[in-house]
Amino acid sequence: MSGVSFPKEFKYTKTHEWIMVTGGTGRVGLTNYAQDHLGEIVFVELPEVGAMVKQGDTFGVVESVKAVSDCYAPASGKVTKVNEKLNDSPELINKDPHGEGWLFEMELASAGADLPSLMDQPAYEKFEAEAGAEH
Amino acid sequence: MAELKKTPLYDMHVKYGGNVVDFGGWALSVHFPTGIINEHKTTRERAGLFDVSHMGEFRVKGKDPLGFIQKCVVNDIGKGVIGQCIYSPLCYPSGGAVDDLITYRLGEKEWLIVVNAANMEKDWAWMSDVLKGFPGTTMVNESYDTAELALQGPRAEEILQKLTQTDLKSIGYYHCRDNVTVAGSKTLVSRTGYTGEDGFEVFSAPQDAIALWEAMMTAGKPLGVIPIGLGARDTLRFEACMPLYGQELDAERTPLEAGLGRFVSFDKGDYIGREALWAQKEKGLQRKLVGIEMVGRGIPRHGYPVLDAEGKKEIGYVTTGSYCPSLERNLGCAYVPTAMAQVGQKLSVGIRGKAVEAVVVKKPFYKRVRPTKA
Repeated sequence: MSGVSFPKEFKYTKTHEWIMVTGGTGRVGLTNYAQDHLGEIVFVELPEVGAMVKQGDTFGVVESVKAVSDCYAPASGKVTKVNEKLNDSPELINKDPHGEGWLFEMELASAGADLPSLMDQPAYEKFEAEAGAEH
Repeated sequence: MAELKKTPLYDMHVKYGGNVVDFGGWALSVHFPTGIINEHKTTRERAGLFDVSHMGEFRVKGKDPLGFIQKCVVNDIGKGVIGQCIYSPLCYPSGGAVDDLITYRLGEKEWLIVVNAANMEKDWAWMSDVLKGFPGTTMVNESYDTAELALQGPRAEEILQKLTQTDLKSIGYYHCRDNVTVAGSKTLVSRTGYTGEDGFEVFSAPQDAIALWEAMMTAGKPLGVIPIGLGARDTLRFEACMPLYGQELDAERTPLEAGLGRFVSFDKGDYIGREALWAQKEKGLQRKLVGIEMVGRGIPRHGYPVLDAEGKKEIGYVTTGSYCPSLERNLGCAYVPTAMAQVGQKLSVGIRGKAVEAVVVKKPFYKRVRPTKA
């Protein structure tokens, strides 16, 4: 997907997840780089509402035809909402990874104390370009 | 990727945008730009072109090629006429599988044996050992001197016919014709394949492979042909319930357990594994390969445990499992105890520590509609 840019307001992990922070809430998804590398996504396993996630731990999986991929939490907190549309339409992650393909929302722990360890957009763009060059 | 083996069609993988990976030491594409699901559907609806040059080929001739091959394989190839292709497992004395292969009878005393790429060295060593008992019979490994393309799908015949004077309708299913000129090159053509669709496999000299590929792509363009990678090759054969060595068959599993009893002959003379297979048949199978469909959310995959319906006891394992693009369902094949092998039997699959509900279903999952003969 050429021309898909990485939103400025997101923060990013080295494992290609994004988080959009609004006050004490974070919305989480996979970046365009991730969906491009995964190929067509046919199944998504999301955390339960109410579950606690820890930064860097797996919170679920996305599956393409050929492979199962772990997804890692960009921040710690409590899951408040999951994107139910992905049950029937997992391909939304491929079509609109930064928008309609969002995975879940959470209440950030410790007022988002672990957010500064994430990359901002310029740093992720650089990271993604280097990762792409290796493949 | 300097160490990887390249097929004669490597440049085509690059030209057509394949994502080339290390597949058992070979540089091959898992998919091309449109992706596995589109490649799979295109093959079922129109046509797909596959590079399968990594497969192994052994040519058997000389004094007693029939006797030699009959000793090695469990199916009876003696009934095969010139131009006939016969599928057979190759077994150990235990009845477990060495590989599965297809024999092509090219002459009164000449056969070509096509084996899985991953087992080429193993099969060569195995059969060479048996060959010692057949002085005067020869076997030549032509694997590195042979390219193979597969053109599969309902449009395959139409496309290939544009490139040859040979009437392809005269080559029936599981039959072959040698010395067929396709796009100016001499080839062996068989109406065989690993997709569950009608189609052809075309064997050629390595130096002719690229010209053949491009000719098929050009002739097939108006009919919608696209290159197909290994990913869709696997989903296609899996939907049609065609076994893959290393998953449905291996050294621990016999063709009887894998549901391939119709390819195991007890009407011919002695062969390696006959005694063990006969004993297993007489005693009754302890386990069987079944088809399963997921009822709960989840995709079964190779190696996942199969549990009873309550999710308490482990009773078997998944050999292959996937989302199936044509059927749009999550399906699997699994070995389970014979007592639980009936269609309708409830069981579950262990997915990341949770028992997810599944049920035994009929095989094959997909069967193409064959045109009725006029």
